[in-house]
Amino acid sequence: MSPAPLLSVRDLRVAFATEAGRLQAVDGVSFDLRPGEVLAIVGESGSGKSVTAQTIIALTRSNNARIEGSVKLGGEELLEASDATMRRLRGERIGMVFQDPMTSLNPVYRIGNQIVEAIRAHQGSVGKEEARQRVVELFEAVGIPDPERRVDAYPHEFSGGMRQRAMIAMALALEPEVLIADEPTTALDVTIQAQILRLLEDLNRERGLATILITHDLGVVAEVADRVLVMYAGKVVEQGTLDEIFYDPQHPYTWGLIGSLTRLDRPRPHRLPQIAGSPPSLLDLPEGCPFRPRCPHEFSKCPQLPGLEARLPDAADHRDRCWLTPERKREKRQVEGQIGLEAPQQVPRP
Amino acid sequence: MSAGGTSQGAPLLEVTDLVKHFPVKRGILIDREVDQVRAVDGVSFTVNRGETLGLVGESGSGKSTACRAVLQLIKPTSGSVRFEGREIAGLGRRQMRPLRREMQMIFQDPYASLNPRKRIGQIVGDPLRRQGVAKGADLRRQVQELLERVGLAGEHYNRFPHEFSGGQRQRIGIARALALKPKLVICDEPVSALDVSIQAQIVNLLDDLQDELGLAYLFVAHDIGVVRHISDRIAVMNVGRIVEQGSADQVCEHPEDDYTKKLLAAVPIPDPRESRERVRSR
Repeated sequence: MSPAPLLSVRDLRVAFATEAGRLQAVDGVSFDLRPGEVLAIVGESGSGKSVTAQTIIALTRSNNARIEGSVKLGGEELLEASDATMRRLRGERIGMVFQDPMTSLNPVYRIGNQIVEAIRAHQGSVGKEEARQRVVELFEAVGIPDPERRVDAYPHEFSGGMRQRAMIAMALALEPEVLIADEPTTALDVTIQAQILRLLEDLNRERGLATILITHDLGVVAEVADRVLVMYAGKVVEQGTLDEIFYDPQHPYTWGLIGSLTRLDRPRPHRLPQIAGSPPSLLDLPEGCPFRPRCPHEFSKCPQLPGLEARLPDAADHRDRCWLTPERKREKRQVEGQIGLEAPQQVPRP
Repeated sequence: MSAGGTSQGAPLLEVTDLVKHFPVKRGILIDREVDQVRAVDGVSFTVNRGETLGLVGESGSGKSTACRAVLQLIKPTSGSVRFEGREIAGLGRRQMRPLRREMQMIFQDPYASLNPRKRIGQIVGDPLRRQGVAKGADLRRQVQELLERVGLAGEHYNRFPHEFSGGQRQRIGIARALALKPKLVICDEPVSALDVSIQAQIVNLLDDLQDELGLAYLFVAHDIGVVRHISDRIAVMNVGRIVEQGSADQVCEHPEDDYTKKLLAAVPIPDPRESRERVRSR
């Protein structure tokens, strides 16, 4: 039915040795990414979402990091690939866009030249003039007006939104199959954010680009994602399609997140539903379910960590880590009124 | 100067035609003023007692500059700022000092706004000490009460900021702002640096404190959803001017200004079906 996965991550575990002790930043993350698909990884600070993405492109390799599991790109194991191989692969097969475009661009070089350099570093046979022409086309594709002239601009001459477009142009320069976007719109104003999200959507549709979108913003997720991974304290606590996550969330953390959103299109509630407490320190995790200390539904089973399993009879890919039965969850979710969205009779399946 | 007095009917804060221009200078030995940045360009609004006015706008709209000019942290170029009927625009530091008790500020970044070398007790107690309100055991008791009031514990008194999470730090910042029992608190992006699951906690805390203490807030943020939730009225700023002002629901549900409409349309709807609907109608 669905095409073979382009990127396949299995039981990825990343630990760092720190002065304060061993820190398990990513603890058993698995997912598949197919061509043309947008997978959103949602979580708060310390959830492991960025470390997951950085490990895929081998940016977390260091003496104090311990990386286990498997990351396969089209069958090739990346965790065992040499640094030279990874250097070639970054850009050529996996493009990256980070949160802050100003710190990702060198302020003393013209933007166009920085992209020309990236192209020529990978494809030595491409001449300067040809590479420059390619940058002009890329600028046009990402919606930078007057591209012929703007390739010679310096980063400070670009606005935040334009810089992020330039970063996306750079990420696409070598026509990668996978794009990793880590909080690509967080530093931008909402009107600019809307433009960038539209651009990412178009690229997905037109080029079949597979995207991993890392964000803390469920509003952004609702606009562009196909599937969602919710992470908490290094673990995936729930995963499913966009509609499954929004209309039938199974983990109390997910429904807390959705419930605490402010909605402009709804009458405002007297109080915002809130999740108590704060995310745990990775150096001092509770036994069992990491969300347990903040969860209003904790019971005798919770000191044991539940597996990430499909618990609903008709949704094999909707998995969660919560001991409650689906019936109990629906019940509690409704009583609590913490869910901002009305639960539909049936979750539509694409 | 003192027309209007401090009668209950008068607005707590009345800002009229506030202007702040920054000079753009160029030159080698002698600077010439070649241009001006009109950061705040004729802004008028009022905040009533116990009320929340939300000020929304994108980066560069002048909302933070407006706040600073209201508090006289920067000197306004022109315009009037009346607090309880009294003109405060242009007052010096010394003249402003007694008024600082009445108007306090909560900052965006809870990591940058607390001195890392001071203990929590000192940070929260500092305004009380400097204004000569309390000292010794009384000061300590008051600080511990404040900490408890914002959801921390009295025994946090001797801890340092690095021992706290972002949300807890913001609570410390709130306790400090409330120490002198102000009438007006200016909140400049108080939740935007916090994790999503913590934002609602802080918004609810600000709500509770307002009910309890009769505070007025000038709540500045770029997140319209949060601003609408907490505000009675909203003013929308764009390039130094207020383009629309009205009750929170009216501005969000029936915006009149084109910029407000554009801003609202850009806010993502955290509901996949509705957002698909919106794409279709685009």
